[in-house]
Amino acid sequence: MAKQVSPGVLALRKVVDDVYADAREAKKQGKLVGWSSSKFPCELAEAFDLNIMYPENQAAGIAAQRDGEIMCQAAEDLGFDNDICGYARISLAYAAGKRAARKIDWSKEDGYVINPATGKPLKDENGNVVLDENGKPKKDPKTQTPYIVLEDIHEIEALPEGREKERRLESIQPYKQMRIPQPDFVLCCNNICNCMTKWYENIARMCNIPLIMIDVPYNNTMDPNPENVTYIRAQFDNAIHQLEELTGKKFDQAKFEHACAQANRTAQNWLKVCNYLQYKPAPLSGFDLFNHMADVVTARGKKEAADAFDLLAEDLEKNIKEGTSTLPFPEQYRVMFEGIPCWPKLPNLFKPLKANGINVTAVVYAPAFGFVYNNMDEMVSAYCKAPNSVSIEKGVEWREGICRENKVDGVLVHYNRSCKPWSGYMAEMQRRFTADLGVPCAGFDGDQADPRNFNEAQYETRVQGLVEAMQIRAEKLEAQA
Amino acid sequence: MSIYTLGIDVGSTASKCIILKDGTEIVGKSLIDVGAGTSGPARAIEAAFESCGMKASDMAYTLATGYGRNSLENIADSQMSELSCHAKGASFLFPDVRTVIDIGGQDVKALHIENGAMVNFQMNDKCAAGTGRFLDVMAKVLEVEVNDLGDLGAQSTKRIAISSTCTVFAESEVISQLSMGTDKRDIINGIHHSVANRVVGLVNRIGVQDRVVMTGGVAQNKGIVAALEEGLGHTVYTSPLTQYNGALGAALFAYQKALRNVNK
Repeated sequence: MAKQVSPGVLALRKVVDDVYADAREAKKQGKLVGWSSSKFPCELAEAFDLNIMYPENQAAGIAAQRDGEIMCQAAEDLGFDNDICGYARISLAYAAGKRAARKIDWSKEDGYVINPATGKPLKDENGNVVLDENGKPKKDPKTQTPYIVLEDIHEIEALPEGREKERRLESIQPYKQMRIPQPDFVLCCNNICNCMTKWYENIARMCNIPLIMIDVPYNNTMDPNPENVTYIRAQFDNAIHQLEELTGKKFDQAKFEHACAQANRTAQNWLKVCNYLQYKPAPLSGFDLFNHMADVVTARGKKEAADAFDLLAEDLEKNIKEGTSTLPFPEQYRVMFEGIPCWPKLPNLFKPLKANGINVTAVVYAPAFGFVYNNMDEMVSAYCKAPNSVSIEKGVEWREGICRENKVDGVLVHYNRSCKPWSGYMAEMQRRFTADLGVPCAGFDGDQADPRNFNEAQYETRVQGLVEAMQIRAEKLEAQA
Repeated sequence: MSIYTLGIDVGSTASKCIILKDGTEIVGKSLIDVGAGTSGPARAIEAAFESCGMKASDMAYTLATGYGRNSLENIADSQMSELSCHAKGASFLFPDVRTVIDIGGQDVKALHIENGAMVNFQMNDKCAAGTGRFLDVMAKVLEVEVNDLGDLGAQSTKRIAISSTCTVFAESEVISQLSMGTDKRDIINGIHHSVANRVVGLVNRIGVQDRVVMTGGVAQNKGIVAALEEGLGHTVYTSPLTQYNGALGAALFAYQKALRNVNK
């Protein structure tokens, strides 16, 4: 039986699908479509009715669809170093017109060249695996997929109208993240990561389009200092002016305030959903939040996102009442997962967690995107606070707060090769988690988008070690009780 | 009646077995110089039984550990990580141990121990620098046996630095030192300090507490142990059973599990 999907999850999926569909439609109609970093003030773009795509969300989707490697390699072929963030490489390759596509079988009128290495084993009516003449399991042709090759959208678009052009356009991977419109402008706020600055400058130069930049200095203090707020506030005003020039419209204060209200509501509802992880056992798998992040990133200023999170909260409330959970196994241990997931290896990441009854009940995304403000200065301050722009003291405070509230037994740290700033401070944070919370921490090497940087055997050993240390801690606590 | 348990440690470069009597006395052991994915594990098990004239059916419980632990699902009753097994083995050999350093074929572990149990740990990242494999590569370039590195390094009279952390680049650095006519013994000493520096950083992250014990095959290298002592500022203890430490821990856990089965 197919897995039941709750109304809240369905609504959240629709919100993201609609954002992508609206952008494609806008482009068709000749309207402007922009690309934005995940924590650029979306309220500004909403005030101008602009259609916005989010490259970070797009890259995560492409990586999860297993096309991260071919796109990263495409960026490397363009001259970008493989030490650069995997999201940036995917996005830069895409901006340059590169696309992951199914390999066309030109010997036929239609169809693709199937990769014989893909597919699940073929089973007979009794569920037994069917073997070929060499005694090896046969592949179920229905589950086999084509070879994936690199295409170039600019090259395709330059072709004369005809069957070749049609087929090559169709061959581009059909999922939404591989079909976003090229940008007409870019919105960049480097609060989320300083790598954004060069990434977006490159896109702007590559596509010869305007770049609207908001520079957020790193916060050495617990809260943003007033000088920084003034500096950033001035940039907000400048961004509004640039958007007026770009769109030829006057800034609509009423629309802006409406978007702010919606963003606040989405943030509050997002926090409400995240807080359900405080229940023990939790009514949801913390891995779900990684997927729901797409809504917080792409549609925070939209009413539909706030409504969908409300609906999800209702689903979770129902789970609490019925004693059910979206976690597909009994919750034995609760951990904080630190960092961005390895999107191309999500099933591998989940496997040992499932085998050991580990639920992720804490992630730093809750405070990072669940911010609420009452006026423009508070809004500016809120945009100063992102995982890579707050001081280590603030970052520890955020994480330890969630760990305590969400009652974690251990911490699993992703040393993400793509994210040098985040991984750089993790060793010190890890030390503090153990000292302050008394929980074991395990770190593993991986990457948010490039599968070449993850080793499953190493990851499994570290998870097993963490489980054994959590078990010892649990026995010790039980003995003390 | 005595309870016999078997611990098997299938590492990346060697397979080791320990047979314990009543969780206290080592009655059989074996070591084969090939690890996961080879004939090593099966040969090691056979050799361990031969060493004490026992057979599989005499074992009350068999526990596998190490990189290849999951390949022994048909032989072992259960599996545990080598992290816990090294902690257990070291605590058996040195009951007051608080810090364990294990340098294996392809990873480095620093374990924090409390009352004989591992409460926290740190491991190396994906880079092979600082691991046993790093030393294998260097020994090959220097045309010496890896087992002789310790003695040769001890004869060094001049400290030279091998600064590259990357195994491949360090290899180039060693070749370049050789071509300049640098004494092999000084290069070896430099290599030992290079490995130790990597490991010291890792150990400091969990906090060094006495007693510090080093396990794994690399602990037989006196030069590495001395360089670690220098870097950490603590005495580093080793045991003649160092290579068997993971298997010993596995056999000890196996004994605990066997006892639980008996008491059920």
